[in-house]
Amino acid sequence: MWARNGVGLAVLMALASAGSINASLGSASGVAQSPRFGVGRAPTADEIRDLGSAIAPDGTGLPAGSGNVSQGRAVFAAHCARCHGRQGEGEIGARLVGGQGSLRSPRPLKTVGSFWPYATTLWDYVNRAMPFDKPGALQPDEVYAVSAFILNLNGIIGDDQVLNAVTLPKVQMPNRDGFVPDARPDVNGLKPRPQPTPVR
Amino acid sequence: MGHRHASRRQILRWSMAAGAGVLAAGETDAAASARTLGAPLGPYGERSPFEKGIRFTRESRTPETGSSFTPIQESLGTITPSALHYERHHGGIPSIDPSVHRLVIHGMVERPLSLSMADIRRLPSVTRTLVLECGGNSAGEWAAPGPDVQRTYGMVSGSEWTGVSLARLLEEAGVRPGASWVIAEGADACRMMRSIPLGKARQDSLLAYGQNGEAMRPAQGYPLRLINPGWEGNANVKWLQSLRLTDQPYMARDETSKYSDLMPDGKTRIFTFEMEAKSVITFPSGGQMLPGPGLYELTGLAWSGQGLVDRVEVTVNGGETWQRALLQEPRLPIALTRFRLPWRFDGREAVIASRCVDETGYVQPTREALIAARGTNSIYHYNGIKFWRVRGDGTVVHVGA
Repeated sequence: MWARNGVGLAVLMALASAGSINASLGSASGVAQSPRFGVGRAPTADEIRDLGSAIAPDGTGLPAGSGNVSQGRAVFAAHCARCHGRQGEGEIGARLVGGQGSLRSPRPLKTVGSFWPYATTLWDYVNRAMPFDKPGALQPDEVYAVSAFILNLNGIIGDDQVLNAVTLPKVQMPNRDGFVPDARPDVNGLKPRPQPTPVR
Repeated sequence: MGHRHASRRQILRWSMAAGAGVLAAGETDAAASARTLGAPLGPYGERSPFEKGIRFTRESRTPETGSSFTPIQESLGTITPSALHYERHHGGIPSIDPSVHRLVIHGMVERPLSLSMADIRRLPSVTRTLVLECGGNSAGEWAAPGPDVQRTYGMVSGSEWTGVSLARLLEEAGVRPGASWVIAEGADACRMMRSIPLGKARQDSLLAYGQNGEAMRPAQGYPLRLINPGWEGNANVKWLQSLRLTDQPYMARDETSKYSDLMPDGKTRIFTFEMEAKSVITFPSGGQMLPGPGLYELTGLAWSGQGLVDRVEVTVNGGETWQRALLQEPRLPIALTRFRLPWRFDGREAVIASRCVDETGYVQPTREALIAARGTNSIYHYNGIKFWRVRGDGTVVHVGA
């Protein structure tokens, strides 16, 4: 076994330095995925789910499950209110409600309701980072429910709205169109740099 | 109160406070007698107990999320000791065993990869000396200039990073046509996430595991950190565990509601990654004191996320005239650059400042120019000129004090 691995490594390294090993050989071994250097393996489904749980604004990645406002009220009271206040008014944690219409004022109030452009971001952030001292503790149904409660507090969805993988990405956030590309340099008469990729 | 009257307990307290200073005094007294041996060799070094520079950390009810500031007023040269590198955490510093850590590269790729740290360390390595600055460095300056250089400009540090080219790893995975973004996620409690344009990843991004000649510190992302040269610190995702190739940015909380720049018209600039040219005088700076008139070396740090520092200009008369400072060579692109200027303090009040010009011709703006362009509510990417007032008695305060 040792000898075979040693030989295999030597062959791989020789091929890698020649830059000629092809992709099918790499994956056919069942061990090495990367064609030139022969490192890594195919990720398991569990690895991708556990390590890369990001949710796209079009809803890609949202899991099955659902939750409504009244369920969310209970989840919020149990897990969120001690930092964010009973009605999301903010305490040690950020304020979550209010501020709509304030962004142009001298004292803008940036909250989920007034500032965040996508409801999927709320789901993703609660799922990945909340509760602050126990992130990941909430089940998908609870994340849908508490998202519904926070959006309802902000007057963005109605009392009877149910959120799931289909309805959440369709929620229209008040500041959805409030974001623009970087315009720097914006001083000394300079022209803005081209941006690498257009903002959707 | 003399020592004669001090209790044993008081003497013990003084001794502890003075540290090794007590020993030094003893040596002086015993100058004529035999010298004593120094300390034996040790396995991992520490700085002299006479050196006291430390990071400043703001009080926080949630100390797992917060900021610390490098004591750049005491920095020498252009490298920040790893132990003094500024920090910004959002969910605490995870403790990660590198033998179990994995990075997955997935999404729009031909060959999804799961890599161990051993896999990554087998790849050809790249080493670059780079500046790293928090997007929120100097954020307090929008409202009012602050009192000292550490707390106003100290969320910047310089390190030599070692790792692998992300472009090379992406070639190994085989990026599929149509992919345009890379979603990076960290392994900290809050699973920090940022969307990075594929163009940057292919241009010069690194996956770093080394910092200043050893494995990077846990607080800096051990065992693996995405380094995007010249971009705001938060986009350099620490404890990296996932890279997903996509055809869209994912609009993460930390790129929409945070690390975005609200303008006076209510619109918010998003994906404002680049850190523009900036400099600050670190000596003499707020809180320091010149012991009297005479010749001093005025010095500070300059950098630009756009490349090389072309020149640094210094004023000692409140901006009436500017003269070129000497730049420490070798200058490196997107790295801290030390500037120096001999200056004779004549005991009369002087208002001093520096401004950086980078290789693109960009000139570090005044605070007034920044506010004219962006108002005072954009929080991030403040790079204004910082003025210090050296008073006639040698004390140094910030202009506005």
